[in-house]
Amino acid sequence: MLIFTLRRLNLFIFTMLVLTLLSFSLSFLFPGDPVINLSGQLNSTEQQLAVINQSYRMQDNIIWQYFAYIQHIIQGDFGLSMSSQSPVIDEIMILLPATIELSLVALLIAMFTGIPLGFIAAIKHNKTSDNIILSVAMFGYSIPVFWLGLLAILFFSIGLGWLPSAGRISLLFEIEMVTGIQFFDILMSNSPDKWQAFQDATAHIILPACVVALAPATIFVRLARASMIEVLETSYIRAVKAKGLSFQQIIFRHALRNALIKIIRHVGLQFANLVTIAMVTEVIFSWPGIGRWLIESIYQRDYTAIQSGLLVLSCFIFIVHILTDFIYAALNPLARGNKHGS
Amino acid sequence: MILNKVITTTGVGLLKYSALVVIILLLCACGDSNKLSLSQRSIIYCSEGSPETFNPQLVTSGTTIDATSHQLYDRLITYKGKENILSPALAKSWHVTKDGKKITFYLRQDVAFHQTDYFTPSRKLTADDVLFSFSRIIDKEHPYHHISGGHYPFFQSVEFGNLIEKIEKINDYTIRFQLKHADSTFLANLATDFAIILSQEYAEQLALKKKEHDIDLHPIGTGPFKLKEYHIGSFIRYYRHDDYWQDQAKIEQLVYDISPSKTSRLTKLLAKECDVSSYPIAHGKIKERQDLELDSVTALNIGYFGFNTKKAPFNNKLVRLAVSLAINKQALIDTVYQGQAEMANSIIPKSSWAYDDSIQMQEYNPIQAKALLEVAGLAQGFTMDIWAMPVQRSYNPNAVTMAKLIQADLKEIGITVNIISYEWTTFLRKLAQGEHQTFLLGWYADHPDPDNFFSPMLSCSATETGNNRTFWCNKEYDALLQQALQTNNIKKRKSYYAAAMKVINEELPLLPIAHSKRYQARDKAVKGKILADFGGISFYQVYKESPTQNPEESENEGSSNNLNVEAKH
Repeated sequence: MLIFTLRRLNLFIFTMLVLTLLSFSLSFLFPGDPVINLSGQLNSTEQQLAVINQSYRMQDNIIWQYFAYIQHIIQGDFGLSMSSQSPVIDEIMILLPATIELSLVALLIAMFTGIPLGFIAAIKHNKTSDNIILSVAMFGYSIPVFWLGLLAILFFSIGLGWLPSAGRISLLFEIEMVTGIQFFDILMSNSPDKWQAFQDATAHIILPACVVALAPATIFVRLARASMIEVLETSYIRAVKAKGLSFQQIIFRHALRNALIKIIRHVGLQFANLVTIAMVTEVIFSWPGIGRWLIESIYQRDYTAIQSGLLVLSCFIFIVHILTDFIYAALNPLARGNKHGS
Repeated sequence: MILNKVITTTGVGLLKYSALVVIILLLCACGDSNKLSLSQRSIIYCSEGSPETFNPQLVTSGTTIDATSHQLYDRLITYKGKENILSPALAKSWHVTKDGKKITFYLRQDVAFHQTDYFTPSRKLTADDVLFSFSRIIDKEHPYHHISGGHYPFFQSVEFGNLIEKIEKINDYTIRFQLKHADSTFLANLATDFAIILSQEYAEQLALKKKEHDIDLHPIGTGPFKLKEYHIGSFIRYYRHDDYWQDQAKIEQLVYDISPSKTSRLTKLLAKECDVSSYPIAHGKIKERQDLELDSVTALNIGYFGFNTKKAPFNNKLVRLAVSLAINKQALIDTVYQGQAEMANSIIPKSSWAYDDSIQMQEYNPIQAKALLEVAGLAQGFTMDIWAMPVQRSYNPNAVTMAKLIQADLKEIGITVNIISYEWTTFLRKLAQGEHQTFLLGWYADHPDPDNFFSPMLSCSATETGNNRTFWCNKEYDALLQQALQTNNIKKRKSYYAAAMKVINEELPLLPIAHSKRYQARDKAVKGKILADFGGISFYQVYKESPTQNPEESENEGSSNNLNVEAKH
């Protein structure tokens, strides 16, 4: 287990090095002065500029510059956003939890609908219900997310008026930000309208989360189906069948757990996909998350925000991958032998 | 075996179903509170942009006025009723001497300022506050004059500084304005959205802390609402001012949801995320809906096509006339305003008392236009720029489309047009610097006095403050305006203004296009007047009608049903 952990740590550090190298080189590839791109200080005086040059070691060669950049990042200094002139790290700390919240809720929805449906399809292998589930999943997978988002707004917000179309919570509620995850913040706040706020936040997250969840859910359906079919064909299932266990016992005691293990790994891998979908969805639903902020930064040529945002986001996804690797290893003793990360 | 399968599938189904029930419960578990819910006590207004400042003295932009003037502040006097009669506000009465030069205001003694997180007032409104508010504008030596730039565009355009001899505090609740000469619009100007009263005590406290700039960013006023928080580009939150000197506002919270995109405002309105929306699109769709209402007022405004008379070739009257003749105004009104506007023959609307019926409509005559161009020596045509404003205003809902239509019209007489647009603040700055040739812009009246059209838009003094972007300066026109201001005789004033309109139509520094209606869409449950005939909106009288008892009861039933469903699990 120690070697397993060390290997993952090793992988993490090297990937981070490559990521920072990429993000560092972006500041040279973007138009303009690299040190301004790095620090985001637009309207600085001569003296300020000299201080910045000093702190980023611009007078030394490029390797020292890179180390200076790494030093800044480790200290949590990602520079100033060019458009708002406030520290990028502060903005990210406000926005990233919103994206995590949306992605997590979407992931839960995708898991709790996709995996059971996949199992049902596998149990009913080659029957009508299997075919229906598979074709619906295929159809769902092919729908582009921006189109689905707009359609959902048109149908549920404008047409039926059931669910709100924009934002995280109605502006009427004043919720102080503590954790950044809005549901926790609402529960922790001492506002008299707490429950109204909670309902409102729930209503706000349903549409975007469902839209984000659709594509991963269809993937989970197919993964769950494939892994369940595989498990059901193994000899130990045949053995318990021969022993006369009831169908329920076979599925819940033996098949389900073995099938789930295979899916857990993919849940982590799907998370990256999910965050990408969430970025587009955030724009459509005006969700104040990091995806929308990154896309706006591209419009505003906010280079500091783009490079730090990419770094933080990819770092976050990478951490999620490593975490799922650990969970997988904890659940599946066979995987602990895998010395190499994947 | 088959039975078992059925049980498993229903088992899985039930699991999911219970998750759904939980969500439904969360959504429906309301309705049992005795007091009105938060949304019943609040209004969300989808506004079209962020205010530049919270002090209306500093701006002329409609968005800022809408967000601040009638929400945060009061004026000494105000307009009331259909006839827009000047009535008491912070001043309970006033007295004008016979020569019209001395005006004394007697203030109310029970006017409280806002108490907020950043300021606690120790006293009520006194003459000091009035003195401070106006000295800041007219006294260039005043410590607060240059805070926030030192530009007071409205007051500079009406030459407030030259008009007021001095302002005297007689006692704590009496203040006297001494004018250099009688001016019939002085009182009207004091009742505009711009002439608001600030707190002198707050200014003193800020000066001690060396935070003078906060006076326009964290406002303190006497109005029906006070500022709670503001996030640029996102929202403004106002709370009710509980010690308001009139009856309290009926709503407790007022939120401006800043949504610059027209479609997103419409979506939010339809999805009930905002109660009131500014400048709605898709009027047909809104009228179709039973639960929405479309309000409109024929606003005192003008959308026009202006020429920079200091730049060739528009320094030539003939060229201006030729271009005007070649533009099909009816087509502009049908396309850009969708017919929701009145064609303008002069800069003031027909509804104003000063409008002269003998003013003739500019005709559409490309042949004559071509002839005029020949006379001007430009028969082969030329290339010009049209600066189209980048924002939508009721006086011009889509300047870029209008510019394109004009482009097509002018092509007929051999003029090539380039359309130019900048971001709004850059646009205004560059216009003020005179970098343009022609431009599409407009003007809202701040008060119903006709002088509010003539002076700020086209007088010589307005060329300096930047509101007269045609840079047209005509001695005869200015003299007429002066004469009109010096008399209180309506008939005489009307004849002066008629002459002034004639000068404009002969010289044509700008081509008046349309007087639009201002629209606003709201939920049917929202009652009370929001739109004013002129100037900014006000939420003071607005409230939400509580829903009838029946739907609430059925909602309760619905939630108890859900409880039963859960209990069965």
